[in-house]
Amino acid sequence: MREQLREFYKYRGLLYMLTYRDIKVRYKQSIMGFLWAILMPVLIVLSGIVVRYAYALAAHTPLQTADITGVAVKSLPWAFLVSSIRFSCLSLINNKELVTKIYFPKEIFPLAATLASLFDFVIAAGALLVFLVVMHIGWSMYLFWIPVLVLTTVLLSAGVGMIVSAASLYFRDVKFIVEVFLTFGIFFTPVFYDVSMLGSKGKWLLLNPASALLDGLAACVARHQSPDIPWFGYSLACSLLALLGGYIFFKHLEDGFAESI
Amino acid sequence: MSDVVITMEHVYKKFRKGEVYNSLRDLLPAVTGRMFRQQELNQQDTREFWALQDLSFEVKAGECLGIIGRNGAGKSTTLKILSRIMKPTKGRMDVHGRLSALIEVAAGFHQDLTGRENIFLNGTILGMSKREIESKLDQIIAFSGIEEFIDTPVKRYSSGMFARLGFSVAAHVDPDVLIVDEVLSVGDYAFQQKCIERMRNVLLGGAAVVFVSHNLRMVADFCQRCLLLDRGRPVMMGPPHEVIFEYLRNRSGKRTEAAESGAAQITSVRIRDENGECLSFRSGQKAWIDVEIRARARCSKISITLYFIHDTAGELMEASTETLGRGNFDLDEGDVYRCTFELSLNFGSGTFHPSVLVYRHHSQTLYDVWEPAGTIFVCSEDGIRGISNCFPRVVHQKIERVIRPEAAPTVEQVNDGGQHNSS
Repeated sequence: MREQLREFYKYRGLLYMLTYRDIKVRYKQSIMGFLWAILMPVLIVLSGIVVRYAYALAAHTPLQTADITGVAVKSLPWAFLVSSIRFSCLSLINNKELVTKIYFPKEIFPLAATLASLFDFVIAAGALLVFLVVMHIGWSMYLFWIPVLVLTTVLLSAGVGMIVSAASLYFRDVKFIVEVFLTFGIFFTPVFYDVSMLGSKGKWLLLNPASALLDGLAACVARHQSPDIPWFGYSLACSLLALLGGYIFFKHLEDGFAESI
Repeated sequence: MSDVVITMEHVYKKFRKGEVYNSLRDLLPAVTGRMFRQQELNQQDTREFWALQDLSFEVKAGECLGIIGRNGAGKSTTLKILSRIMKPTKGRMDVHGRLSALIEVAAGFHQDLTGRENIFLNGTILGMSKREIESKLDQIIAFSGIEEFIDTPVKRYSSGMFARLGFSVAAHVDPDVLIVDEVLSVGDYAFQQKCIERMRNVLLGGAAVVFVSHNLRMVADFCQRCLLLDRGRPVMMGPPHEVIFEYLRNRSGKRTEAAESGAAQITSVRIRDENGECLSFRSGQKAWIDVEIRARARCSKISITLYFIHDTAGELMEASTETLGRGNFDLDEGDVYRCTFELSLNFGSGTFHPSVLVYRHHSQTLYDVWEPAGTIFVCSEDGIRGISNCFPRVVHQKIERVIRPEAAPTVEQVNDGGQHNSS
């Protein structure tokens, strides 16, 4: 495995180039350009506001600013997770020519897809920052949690991305299954609502490793609280496991890529 | 210069043909079904076939190895294993140093990026660093010859420009091992010459080259050694001329799969000169081709066509018993028909493939084809190049000198010179 990692390091320039290509092509093709990066988060925030408004009506409580900022903060990493896993999943199939014609470590494809989605995330984060400043959300020491939480999210999506990309190369229907999970995943992840709303049953939701990460982000940005440390530890462990397991799984299948695609 | 850069040791490659479960929807029932029925497992095993069997060779630095063989002989599989795209099922393969493959050179291109961006993208894919590409950028652009379009998205390129840009990038990787697969067929003549030049330079620079081509003349020109593959097995390794001869000899007399079930079948095609069966001829020599047909069922209005195929120029001549005024004939089941064509081989130096087909009147039905039915060598005298030999001679020559005032020449002097040259 050390040998494989050394080779991957040798090809780091290619990871950069493919990421650059993915970003460039995506922005070149859409007329909207950079608006593309914030389109999905904006839609998620808008639907989140609708959902939260409905909750507020049902519970006869007023809709609070913290609720909306919470949804806004969580929608970004969720959009990142979805687009990262979606693009990773297709990354090998869409680069069939390269997979069958030229040799290099193939994990570069799903990882470049993850990084390209991360670029969208950064753009959208800039827009979110403006929104948060306008909303007078304020400071706290807990903001230092953000890089840790975001990095863990990236590790998680990279790991899952490697698994689904390799699996979808061997089984054509994996991409449809992934798509279904990504579509309905939003209901099993606290994006529109908070874990606390489900009371004691909320713990079940935290078994989804993305939950504690999103909830942690909302906690430290919108509520000025520390994330739930044990559950964050659980998510971190899941992410590292996904990354390591995904890498080993991917490398194990890699030898057969050119023949099976 | 004698260090080995490529080692192939007893390499085997197995492929699975036929149905492979490529969706979970198919796999899950198959797996559950297999638990109950053991025999299905065995059935799957028989669908495997060996694309390469026990292939071993070494290539040293500065050496060029040619690989030839019919389609499906395992040439491409060998290259894929060399370039590490595929792993051998058994055996060991080792390449020392940077390997660069001229296979599908434009594979890494993205349609929406400009030529310049694609140079960086493709260069990185081929293993160059960004700095390396930057330092060679001008050379690459100049080599491709498409300076004016370098900032245009490549989707607007013609296929020739596309291939040229791809090749220029690939050609500027400084490899220790270069793998070339039939790319030289792209581009115009001038560009092909550039590519050949480039290959020569790579060889002179001490890199090893592995070259796969159907163009036997290029293999003979370039390679010090040549490997012949047949259905995944190495048949022969040695000096290119001997291996090419073996390849052509083996190719003779093998029928194509067409018309196995035809009512009339070609049973033998023999090529001979006045002394008997023969494969090499002098240009312009007389040759006779005997064709034998056997009818497996009743068939009517049969004619035989003889034609010659050349590797690069295609069909050179075609004539049939019908067009040559012998009409057509009917055969009953079991009848045997023989005919002999006589012809003058007005070909230039090279290899030519006589081919035979049996058809029904006006080509309504094709009964059987042998293409090629054999291969012959023709050698023409020095000084005549090309595919055909029209026996050119110089029968008249004369120089008319410009009359200069200082030394006005006389008519006698001119004629003198002319006679001198022609004698």
